[in-house]
Amino acid sequence: MNLLLQLFLSFFQIGLFSIGGGYAAMPLIQAQTVEIHKWLTPLEFADLVTIAEMTPGPIAINSATFVGMRVAGISGVLVATFGNVLPSVIIMLIFAKLYERYSEQTLMKHVLEGVRPTVVAAIFTAGLSLLNLAVGSISALDLFALAVFVAAFLFANSKKITLSPITLLLFGALGGIGWEALGF
Amino acid sequence: MSGKPAIDLKFYLKLFWTTFTLSLFTFGGGFVIVSLMRKKMVDQYGWINDEEMMDFITIAQSSPGPIAVNASLMVGYHLAGIPGALISTLGTILPPMIILTFVSIGYQAVAENTWIKAAFHGMRAVVAAIVLQVTWALFKSLAEKKNILPLVLFAAAFVALFVFKVNIMVVMVAMILLSVVLSIHETKKENMS
Repeated sequence: MNLLLQLFLSFFQIGLFSIGGGYAAMPLIQAQTVEIHKWLTPLEFADLVTIAEMTPGPIAINSATFVGMRVAGISGVLVATFGNVLPSVIIMLIFAKLYERYSEQTLMKHVLEGVRPTVVAAIFTAGLSLLNLAVGSISALDLFALAVFVAAFLFANSKKITLSPITLLLFGALGGIGWEALGF
Repeated sequence: MSGKPAIDLKFYLKLFWTTFTLSLFTFGGGFVIVSLMRKKMVDQYGWINDEEMMDFITIAQSSPGPIAVNASLMVGYHLAGIPGALISTLGTILPPMIILTFVSIGYQAVAENTWIKAAFHGMRAVVAAIVLQVTWALFKSLAEKKNILPLVLFAAAFVALFVFKVNIMVVMVAMILLSVVLSIHETKKENMS
């Protein structure tokens, strides 16, 4: 199939099925770009999530642009982002017309409630694969990465110390550079 | 009622510029941008009232796609119909498109650099921590409701995705269909009583 058409369809599906905002799109992006089409290696996907955390904008738009550019240049960027927002445009315009009608909203609320456990399970699965990439397997454990992971998790989960994801990532980057400089 | 602005070229430019700058300077996901959007369009410009904005945010959150894109689409459509929707959407997606285009070029150029690699080595562990911490927070809110069904659905979806490697789109479609059936069933029950 034509590459641009494939990019369009992949990001259309990501837009259509990412219900629940934010991280909900991440497992879908992983499935389309890494597993199905192999446009990114798992490592590049992990870097993309990192980059998306540090730049403004929704992760899906960030990914559509990043992957579109890598696979097919500027036309790839346009096709992938267009595909990604098209479901939103269609659905929002329908909703804007129906917005007074109560029943559609109730149905959407039920669907949202119903898929939320799946969304959480999908983000969990994607998180586990990111962890696996970062720290390696049990037999070849990257102890530095494991220590960074544990520290970052505790900081992210702490209610007393609130550090933004960007701050945590900067510490991670400095840690990685320091570890390299020490010659490990 | 809020005063809808006059729809002229100046308005379109202002709508574009507002959504563009909101998107450009907002880090930290959909919820942050939506609350800033509310501040600007409700409090500062008085384009829409608070109640309408809250409705839009609710719809944006419960619909597919990025929340920031959905919310600006709704606001743009409300203010100026389809041209308004397209302009505010363009304003919202252009900043990440421009930035990530350059990042993508830059990444390819520097990905093999030792120090860049070292930085990503550290950041990869942090990103895994951020995602799993988000998962933990989401899971707690699922478990809080003292309802067994969400937990059963979570376990079933996790086994399907993690153990059996079922395509996530398949699992999502199945869960959406199940929710629609349950919703119709519930609505019927409510109407009967």
